[in-house]
Amino acid sequence: MSAPLDLPKWADTVLVPAISVVAAFLVAGLVVLAIGENPLTATRYLLQGSLGTGEGLGFTLFYMTDFIFVGLAVAVAYHAGLFNIGGEGQATLAGLGIALVLNNLTFLPGFLLIPLGILGAAAFGAAWAAVPGYLQAKRGSHIVITTIMFNWLASVLIVYLLVNVLREPQSMNPETRAFPEQSYIPFMHDVFAAFGVEIPTSQLNLTLVLALAASYFVWLLIYRSRLGYAIRVVGSNPTAAVYAGISPARIIIIAMVLSGALAGGLAVNELMGYQHRLLLEFTSGYGFVGIAVALMGRAHPVGIILASLLFGILYQGGAELAFEQPAITRDMVVVIGGIIILFAGALDGLFRRAVAHLFARQKLARA
Amino acid sequence: MSPAIELIAINKSFGAVHANKDVNLSVERGTIHGIVGENGAGKSTLMSILYGFYEADSGEIRVNGNPIAIRSPNDAIRAGIGMVHQHFMLVEPLSVVDNVMLGAEGGAMLRAGEAKVRAELARLARDYGLEIDVDATVGDLSVGLQQRVEILKALYRGADILILDEPTAVLTPPEADALFGLLRSLKEQGKTVILITHKLREIMAITDRVSVMRRGEMVATLKTASTSPPELAELMVGRRVLLRVEKAEKVPGAPLLEVENLSVVDARGVLRVANASFTVRAGEIVGIAGVAGNGQSELLEAIAGMRRPSLGSIRLEGKTIHSSEHNPHRMRELGLLHVPEDRLRMGLVPAFPAFESAILGFSHEPHLGRGPILDHDRLIADLAKKMEQYDVRPPAPRLKSSKFSGGNQQKIVLAREIERNPKVLLVGQPTRGVDIGAIEFIHRRLIALRDAGVAILLVSVELDEIMNLSDRILTMCGGKITGERKAAETNEQDLGLLMAGVTDEAA
Repeated sequence: MSAPLDLPKWADTVLVPAISVVAAFLVAGLVVLAIGENPLTATRYLLQGSLGTGEGLGFTLFYMTDFIFVGLAVAVAYHAGLFNIGGEGQATLAGLGIALVLNNLTFLPGFLLIPLGILGAAAFGAAWAAVPGYLQAKRGSHIVITTIMFNWLASVLIVYLLVNVLREPQSMNPETRAFPEQSYIPFMHDVFAAFGVEIPTSQLNLTLVLALAASYFVWLLIYRSRLGYAIRVVGSNPTAAVYAGISPARIIIIAMVLSGALAGGLAVNELMGYQHRLLLEFTSGYGFVGIAVALMGRAHPVGIILASLLFGILYQGGAELAFEQPAITRDMVVVIGGIIILFAGALDGLFRRAVAHLFARQKLARA
Repeated sequence: MSPAIELIAINKSFGAVHANKDVNLSVERGTIHGIVGENGAGKSTLMSILYGFYEADSGEIRVNGNPIAIRSPNDAIRAGIGMVHQHFMLVEPLSVVDNVMLGAEGGAMLRAGEAKVRAELARLARDYGLEIDVDATVGDLSVGLQQRVEILKALYRGADILILDEPTAVLTPPEADALFGLLRSLKEQGKTVILITHKLREIMAITDRVSVMRRGEMVATLKTASTSPPELAELMVGRRVLLRVEKAEKVPGAPLLEVENLSVVDARGVLRVANASFTVRAGEIVGIAGVAGNGQSELLEAIAGMRRPSLGSIRLEGKTIHSSEHNPHRMRELGLLHVPEDRLRMGLVPAFPAFESAILGFSHEPHLGRGPILDHDRLIADLAKKMEQYDVRPPAPRLKSSKFSGGNQQKIVLAREIERNPKVLLVGQPTRGVDIGAIEFIHRRLIALRDAGVAILLVSVELDEIMNLSDRILTMCGGKITGERKAAETNEQDLGLLMAGVTDEAA
């Protein structure tokens, strides 16, 4: 019998992650100190660059949108007991889906393009995740291995298609032609301007609203729906699922399909919201950030939104920091991100245990 | 002469749980001392402290009158204390000699150590009648013999005081008798034995003195000869309990569950159930007696539709179940409900709040929500009501399923299945890890169901329970049904032989 790890909900979901973040920043501060820079100045640049200006905030929220989608994708699979680390490949394929829909269905009325583009992203992302899901469910091929392989497949497939098939003949760049303009998801600054409110220009677009809606949908699905119930039974106790007449194989495939569709949101934000064309490596490794986001957010949509905001701050603020303090390179910022992931993910148990002990002792003292 | 073991004012807490409160225990040398108590009473914690797995928060341990500190099992072994765990700590692919030597090799090279082990095992066989094939692979030995290896391990390490934790849980009655014979001969040779069990019959049969624990406290230490099972049960629970629930004679009705030539082959290709045929009628409890691992689990799972039988057929209310509808979902719809053997792996989801575990297997029922969404308020209210009827403590539907005690978890599972008005109820190990008070409650419920005309198939490794509840008893051994008896016309010896595979034809 090990000491019980009983924590009030607020401590579990807020206090422990907060301690992890603070500890991560302290260690990251030591790293900054070690390369001869002032950690306090660095922190100031980081926060000012990400939250201090309207423009910076816009970029932070843009990144946050990406992270929410990939975080939710990882979380849904995680609830079914699956470690989907193929968000990168699923988002890449979702981008292909967007490009195929938007550049081929131009004869349709313009207002249909946005929903169809989103559906195309979801469908392609889902299909790309369904294959590893099927292999796991029916053949027992480990989902971690297959999703990694599918990331590589996606990345070479997209290079081949952009270089040989989808590239505009006169262009030297491996990218498609621009999407039709009616398919652009409106920038937030344009939306606000339509209501006569002036906000700074940034990449932030209405996909953020979609991301928040998706978070609510995932919460409803996982914690309130019959399907989510079945997903959690399979993830938490597969034998009980068999007893209950829930088919784990079916649930695994469904969860992966949903996961892949959510990963497609990354492509929606990046391509339909900002780039307006399909290009190479638009996913920028964010699919992997989704793993950290989901871990840190404890696979709960609220936690994922908060963790996405944190990583948004880190990515936007980090870019500013690298710009202002050249000694701190982008790679350094990646290191800091890595430290946070290490503390929030891997070392999470360390603080949880300590906090649980504190609470137990307090309870005992009161009793 | 000072006692072999003295525990004085032992305290141990895990977080907010006070597992041992000022526990005192004195075990006389050369006696067999029983420790009884319900699950969670603190028996295992106390023995773990004695064996060095945990350190007490306060208190003193004396061995043969000398105060000593036991910080690890190594300290305990040095003090002459040996332990035989309920779940054996053996390396199955290794031989008996290797297992005994493991951890006591006596150097980098094995040859000298091995010679010593062989000599010592020969001596132990001579002195205590602990015969065993020392070169046999442990995995090939019967459970009873594996337990013997555990005892040999402890004796080889010089144990004078032997702690046995629920040693008969995995044994057939004849094996248990052999074990008791062995314990008596150990006692005659001056060894001290501490026996942890929840079977009062064993306490009465073999111990000299018995200590009762309840809620972390030592409530009594008695001479076995001057106490009785009802008295011990009352001390364990803290109130009077009925050890045997009365049931009226009843003429069973129509056959509701008919199993014919059912065979089950597991994923590894091993035949688990061989050609089982039997009938359970309305208003009848049919018990399946057998030592754990003889195919009962697979039989239940196959009937419930969790496993595909390789041969045979099942009829419910006279209708043959087609293999396409032989799945847990459809069987539930047809009125065959199932209280599974393993609560924590099947009966509920430990990480879920209780109200979610309380719909496991039924989450598709339309009245539990609107469309695809479950109505949590309703689930919580439903469970709150059931918790009151079934006296689940604490009556907290939102509490995590794993936080309830075994008995209360079982009541949650039982309530879920019974409230859906089964025609046939499969019940596996209904009282495993359940406290005596709850056992009485569960037994009453099962008998009430039987009286209401439900056909109940009961699997249990507790022979008492089978004999108490069943109208008819089937015995299983090695996947085969080895015999059938009317409960009123059999006894433990008779069943024990059948469970050991001595069939009627052979006898």
